[in-house]
Amino acid sequence: MHIQCPAIICGIRHHGEHGVILRAMTPDDGLVAGYVQAGRSTAMRPVLQPGNQVVIDCHARSETQLPSMRVELHHSRGPLFAEPLAAAGLQWLTALTARALPEQQPFPSLYQALDAALAAIEAAPSARGWVVALVRYELLTLIELGFGLDLERCAVTDAVDDLIYVSPKTGRAVSRVAGEGYRDRLLPLPAFLRGEEVPDLSALLEGLKLTGHFIARDVLHGTGHASGQSSGQSLMAARARLVERLNKMVA
Amino acid sequence: MSSPEIDALTQALARLPGLGPRSARRAVLHLIKRRETGLMPLLRALEGVAENLSTCQTCGNVDTRNPCGICNDPRRDSRQLCVVEDVPDLWALERSRLFPGRFHVLGGRLSALEGVRPEDLTIDALVARVANGGIDEVVLAMNATLEGQTTAHYLAERLERFPVRLSQLAHGLPVGGELDYLDEGTLAQALRARRPMA
Repeated sequence: MHIQCPAIICGIRHHGEHGVILRAMTPDDGLVAGYVQAGRSTAMRPVLQPGNQVVIDCHARSETQLPSMRVELHHSRGPLFAEPLAAAGLQWLTALTARALPEQQPFPSLYQALDAALAAIEAAPSARGWVVALVRYELLTLIELGFGLDLERCAVTDAVDDLIYVSPKTGRAVSRVAGEGYRDRLLPLPAFLRGEEVPDLSALLEGLKLTGHFIARDVLHGTGHASGQSSGQSLMAARARLVERLNKMVA
Repeated sequence: MSSPEIDALTQALARLPGLGPRSARRAVLHLIKRRETGLMPLLRALEGVAENLSTCQTCGNVDTRNPCGICNDPRRDSRQLCVVEDVPDLWALERSRLFPGRFHVLGGRLSALEGVRPEDLTIDALVARVANGGIDEVVLAMNATLEGQTTAHYLAERLERFPVRLSQLAHGLPVGGELDYLDEGTLAQALRARRPMA
């Protein structure tokens, strides 16, 4: 196995005294894990940070062996760490990618979406500018992992207009008329997810509520952790802190 | 061939960080050759630590006294509190002898991937310390990693309701650092934190 390509760092785990095991998202090979020798050296620590764009050179004798990896920095997103919202967004996106995706399965559209979402976090003057990219990335993650939502037509009436709810059970859209009696039990479907209008922050929060429900239920549910605690829960806790910060912006 | 006791000692030393089986054997041979000047003082030191080792209930530091030497030191400025991720960070700052105040050890940093949540750290104890009053400044000395910084942001949010000055360690050029060898993230932080020269 030999992979040499650009990648986005998604997870780092110390291994031994000097090395790290790196998980990085690549355009053609999906999530790739590898051992970086001297990854904890002073020269490599700033390079091996989540969100950084790097070029990786991965070698392994067989497909089952953990590859050894050499990493070169292409673009650092370290300056974002100083911004509370940007850092929380970056942490959530990279952690979700590292935890949710299976290794070495290509997800080219997810790579592009992740790159775009991280670039939006860097470029946007406020969170309002990048949360839409984050919600779309979560939606795409659901689709790519086989849990895509059907937001095109009403699950009850088959109508294509006035869709404002989503069923938390089936992930299918529900129209205003059909959902009227059940609105307390349905999730809101913000119009921007159907490409209908430019979202304000409250619509973005509704979008996060929608995707958060399905990410927790379908993608992260039951993902185990060495500590015995569900890593899905701790990941969702990190996401909840991000959403809480965004809620404060609205308030 | 050596005795089971010596083998056990070698194996125990080989499990320590920085030592492997070969270096552990060298250390054991060194101790055996210098029984009075090497082995016995080491044994007494290990026994002393093992008998008295405790975690400071005030700050979370590891010491043979509780409260620890730093919390007990009356010369320390109790109005300044430095929050660190773990004990090695506290010891690193102590080695520098630059911080005159007291410390608080969190016991780690928030990590979504490793499953570390706020309730797994001593954040509530920190908030209680600050709420008790008598603290003017809290220095958030987290590591300059994504997880370290998100922990610092979370702490800042939890402490913002108290009348204390929150500060953070500066990020940028290390002493002896050459621009040509620095990554762009560090350079960007250094440029952002530039200051006027008098």
